[in-house]
Amino acid sequence: MTVKQDEIEKIAELARVRIAPEEAAEVTARIANILTLVDQLQAVDTDGVEPMANPLDAVQRLRADAVTEINQREAFQAIAPAVENGLYLVPKVIE
Amino acid sequence: MHELSVAQLSLGLRQKQFSSLELTRSYLDRIRTLDGQYNSFVTVDEEGALAAAAVADARLAAGEAGPLLGIPLAHKDIFCTRGIRTSCGSRMLDNFVPPYDATVTARLRDAGTVMLGKTNMDEFAMGSSNESSFYGPVHNPWRLDCVPGGSSGGSAAAVAARLAPLATGTDTGGSIRQPAAFCGITGLKPTYGRVSRLGMVAFASSLDQGGPMARSAEDCALLLNAMAGFDPLDSTSSELPVEDYSAGLQQPLAGLRIGLPREYFGQGLDAATGERVHAALALLEQQGATLVDISLPHTGLSIPTYYIIAPAEASTNLSRFDGVRYGYRCAQPQDLRDLYTRSRQEGFGDEVKRRILVGTYALSAGYYDAYYKKAQQVRRLIRQDFLDAFGSVDVIAGPTTPGPAFALGAKGSDPLAMYLEDVYTLAVNLAGLPGMSVPAGMADGRPVGLQLIGQHFQEARLLNVGYQLQQVSDWHSQVPAGGEQ
Repeated sequence: MTVKQDEIEKIAELARVRIAPEEAAEVTARIANILTLVDQLQAVDTDGVEPMANPLDAVQRLRADAVTEINQREAFQAIAPAVENGLYLVPKVIE
Repeated sequence: MHELSVAQLSLGLRQKQFSSLELTRSYLDRIRTLDGQYNSFVTVDEEGALAAAAVADARLAAGEAGPLLGIPLAHKDIFCTRGIRTSCGSRMLDNFVPPYDATVTARLRDAGTVMLGKTNMDEFAMGSSNESSFYGPVHNPWRLDCVPGGSSGGSAAAVAARLAPLATGTDTGGSIRQPAAFCGITGLKPTYGRVSRLGMVAFASSLDQGGPMARSAEDCALLLNAMAGFDPLDSTSSELPVEDYSAGLQQPLAGLRIGLPREYFGQGLDAATGERVHAALALLEQQGATLVDISLPHTGLSIPTYYIIAPAEASTNLSRFDGVRYGYRCAQPQDLRDLYTRSRQEGFGDEVKRRILVGTYALSAGYYDAYYKKAQQVRRLIRQDFLDAFGSVDVIAGPTTPGPAFALGAKGSDPLAMYLEDVYTLAVNLAGLPGMSVPAGMADGRPVGLQLIGQHFQEARLLNVGYQLQQVSDWHSQVPAGGEQ
């Protein structure tokens, strides 16, 4: 399947990665090349093959539902770009 | 001192021939004098290293005798280090000073190692040449106009140039083994789940694995002993007990069956590289091993499978970088969406953005079954190839890479050419197996690596084979010109 530039622009929007308009054609061409490479999988017969998410077929380990972490808000917020009164600052969301 | 093995250094420390402070100063001097030409470190922590060395000397004086106590090492800049910038080779994390330690760095500090600094790497570990780093490329100590491999290129170059006796690395598709091969050192990617991923910046979570990089299998075993083990804070960490990886090194190879996959010796393999690999295999044969022709029929599919699974997982993992909680934030965002999209546009490099887009595409509605699910099915077929082969052989061997280190810039403009570099290493990650690269001589002045692949959790067997090879060869003790000073 050939990917179109407007599809890549849509994907970039979903991934929150801005592509400069003058780069869109080149980015699309490079991604199309990668998709052509991976498309050879479509020819493989995988009927009845269980998808493998973990190479050891391990499942998530469960632990007791107990609080194990301590509050480290100050340490975490010390490395944030912008905080005020214990809150992370972002541009105004609600008009 | 920089020519001694870790075991020799440890003995020297315990016998008071030199102190950890003296040893650490000697390595810091080498880094200061020599690393300008390699760019293998992005951060050198002189103050922290000298303080850690003083602590190690006090522990030694008190009679402690751990095998890594007082030994300097370098950490790939993907492992979080509390209070020391952890950049992952990216502008996105150029200002990131972690408030916590990775399990690997904490364990190694507890073992008494002295961190010299953090090594350069491909951005977010995505690359095979170390050219995608925000901090500039690393130069191969054997040939300064060539790449060191990647993504753990800084760690490999630092060990090769004798700027550190040991280094940590991570391997998602070959990122320990390929630079180890290109720089003429020994590097081991353990079984998935053997080494904790906590605090190791995530790229592709079902493939990522940390491991040791050193000059010899003997030194790798000592480092792995301290890195491996169950971590309750890593949900995919294995609870299997860890064996002593140094204990079985001297086991004879008589009776060992080594499988040679014909797919690893076919078209695309550089002739001189193939000759060096066969010469190394002949030495193993002389020690009593038997070489067996085998087939891994799905080998060719590992590249397309990997380039769906790894970008899909990367696009998910890298969604955390939003310019809000830590890391890079663009100047004067217009609104929240502008804050996200421009922080990510400016904070990530081209290859990282490309993989985010490919991954998002492969996971998007309507394409999930055709791409991600399909790749997970083929992944199972790839693993089954290995499980079938291990029915008749103990270890699998072949070249680590199709050829020796290539020139800086040679593949920079073509992602697909770069992806082919990992054709012999990707399947090992997809199958979750341990894999190791050991030096196998030189081709045109550049090192060649022999790859050894083991069954799940049989790291000790690989280290044993590597150690025995290094008893009858001196490829691992050859030093690049700059490293002799």
